[in-house]
Amino acid sequence: MLEIRNLHASVNDTPILRGINLTIQPGEVHAVMGPNGSGKSTLAFVLAGRPGYEVTSGSALYQGQDLLEMMPEDRARAGLFLSFQHPVEVPGVRLDQFLRAGFNAVSKSRGLEELDPLKFDRLLRRRVKTVNVDPQMTRRSVNEGFSGGEKKRNEVLQMAVLEPALAILDEPDSGLDVDALRSVAQSINDLRTPENALLLVTHYQRILNYVVPDRVHVLVNGRIVKSGGKDLALDIEANGYDGYEEAANPTLAQPASP
Amino acid sequence: MTTIAAPEAIPYLRSFESLEQNGYGQHPDWLQALRRDAMDAFTALGFPTARRGNEEWKYTDVGPIARASFRIPTQSCHSESIEESLADRVDSLTDPNWHRLVFIDGCFTPHLSSLPNIATVSNLADSLDSHTPLIRQHLARHTPYASHAFTALNTAFLHQGSFLHLPPETSLDRPLHLIYLTTAAETHTLSQPRTLAVIGRGSKATIVETYAGPDDTPYLSNAISELIIKENASLDYYRLQQHGDEGYHVGTTQAVLGDGAHFSSTTLDLGGALVRNNLNALLDAPESSCTLNGLYLAGETQKIDNQVIIDHAKPHTNSRELYKGILGGRARAAFHGSITVRKNAQKVDAKQEDKNLLLSDKAQVNVKPAFWIYADDVKCGHGAASGQIDENSLFYLRSRGIDHEQAHRLLVRGFANEIIETVGCPSVKSLINNLVKTKLTEL
Ligand SMILES: Nc1ncnc2c1ncn2[C@@H]1O[C@H](COP(=O)(O)OP(=O)(O)OP(=O)(O)O)[C@@H](O)[C@H]1O
Ligand SMILES: [Mg+2]
Repeated sequence: MLEIRNLHASVNDTPILRGINLTIQPGEVHAVMGPNGSGKSTLAFVLAGRPGYEVTSGSALYQGQDLLEMMPEDRARAGLFLSFQHPVEVPGVRLDQFLRAGFNAVSKSRGLEELDPLKFDRLLRRRVKTVNVDPQMTRRSVNEGFSGGEKKRNEVLQMAVLEPALAILDEPDSGLDVDALRSVAQSINDLRTPENALLLVTHYQRILNYVVPDRVHVLVNGRIVKSGGKDLALDIEANGYDGYEEAANPTLAQPASP
Repeated sequence: MTTIAAPEAIPYLRSFESLEQNGYGQHPDWLQALRRDAMDAFTALGFPTARRGNEEWKYTDVGPIARASFRIPTQSCHSESIEESLADRVDSLTDPNWHRLVFIDGCFTPHLSSLPNIATVSNLADSLDSHTPLIRQHLARHTPYASHAFTALNTAFLHQGSFLHLPPETSLDRPLHLIYLTTAAETHTLSQPRTLAVIGRGSKATIVETYAGPDDTPYLSNAISELIIKENASLDYYRLQQHGDEGYHVGTTQAVLGDGAHFSSTTLDLGGALVRNNLNALLDAPESSCTLNGLYLAGETQKIDNQVIIDHAKPHTNSRELYKGILGGRARAAFHGSITVRKNAQKVDAKQEDKNLLLSDKAQVNVKPAFWIYADDVKCGHGAASGQIDENSLFYLRSRGIDHEQAHRLLVRGFANEIIETVGCPSVKSLINNLVKTKLTEL
């Protein structure tokens, strides 16, 4: 589904990703953990095609296509979805209209029927129920004035509407209360099929109790320094990243010069 | 009295004198005196220029208007068949369920109009006899012309116009649409719409003014509206400016508010080559309040200048101002918001905001807020912002499969929506929605 090879990327000429290798098969869940600033969101943005992120070397194949050559909207139409760590407020654009625009753009490129507002409303109401968000929310401006938790649920709602093949979820669990976390995790699981895959960025092992990963990767300083099974998350939860940081950047381990 | 006539005023003076000798002589003495006085004022003033160190006209050069010499239409109105041929055009500007007064090139057109029966709604010229005291009391009393050239020019030729008198405790059941249509059948015509509305104590009304004219021909529309809103009355006022691409428009709206009255205004600017709106609200009694919103959409070389002056003359008065602009091409906009809080006008709450979305590097906006505060217990705030489409938002939309162009369109539209969403009346909202939609495709 996704094959990332030796991916290097810079933001404002600062190298952030420094050689990422990662392969995801259909049906798999991969978790990415790592300290603040290690490049997790950068990886997510590079995969989603955010302007301003310059790939300096390496490659990413998505369903056999050169992902890095595609426009962000084409990636979405090809079934890639990014749940934002910080969802964007879009004043004046109603959530239901925004979602219909996205849904129709994706449907059209897949040769499926585009829906008029009435039909889409019916579909949206079903999704709203499965994801368990306040139905009133869809008539408000996108994310405007939403609480942190509401924004995260809204991302999951969008995923439910767009039904992506590969969803990159950048900290869908941060800022959620315990019940919300369980409910969001439940929704994410409901959307899983044997064909689609998840790349889940998180700081906490807790969500992985619900959305059980096939692989856990530790991203430090722009590199994946360790990969393992779901127990790796438990280890990080218990011991933090201390040992990994040294492994990632040998210069850090050297004594500071006087 | 001898005054030195400004050279550009002379053609207007000639027209005035010839009209005085012919048709205007039939009007009541007080009206003739008023017009003569205003003509004298205009003759002395001439058109304002930015050059004379005039802060009021700092960003708008009316030189093209001064140089052009526009023609006052003669008193004879169009034939009924010409008026009939404009019926479709008029229909396209309005909602069929509204009351309406239609003026074509300044002439009241009864058979294209439909009037309510609970209030006095009529052509000003036809009401001079029946409503003399009321009209005399208010007409030209709230828009001083001695130092305002465009007001003087309009008042000098005051003749037909809209007159609304709503008695106490009555409400108009649906919006009243005042349509001022310029045909510009000849080049360089001057049309001077005039509105006088007196909203009685505790009454409610929605007034929509539309100013429109054809493309590809220069003309000047110089409008004045005087709105008197008595105690506890409330007026919803919309001003939809849809002039042609070579049209010049100067419009002055003066609202005077009584005790507990509310004035809500939405100014929509879509057309015109050069547009200047003066909106003045006098909060003349305690507990009166106003909400003044504006949306200006301009492209190519359009110039749109909004001057909003709020006078908090009495304590416990409240004003809210939100103007937004979307500018493309080489458009220029100016927003000049002035708020005065008079001495002893304590507990005033005033907020002013102007936000602009620039769709091209060549578009430009000048914002000039001014506060004159002579009381101490006052809450005043203002904000101004201008910028381009937010890249974060753009990417967010694209990441959902929406292409760049549509994402851009949605965001621009979203920017305008903040104003459109404030429109309470659904039929007015839907009309404005359609106008904005059409205009945005041209930016
Ligand atoms: N526009 C930018 N200009 C300069 N540096 C940037 C820019 N965007 C990101 N960075 C830097 O890139 C590094 C990686 O950031 P990124 O957001 O990918 O971290 P993260 O792993 O997602 O962290 P967190 O766990 O806090 O979300 C950080 O040091 C950040 O400051
Ligand atoms: Mg991050």
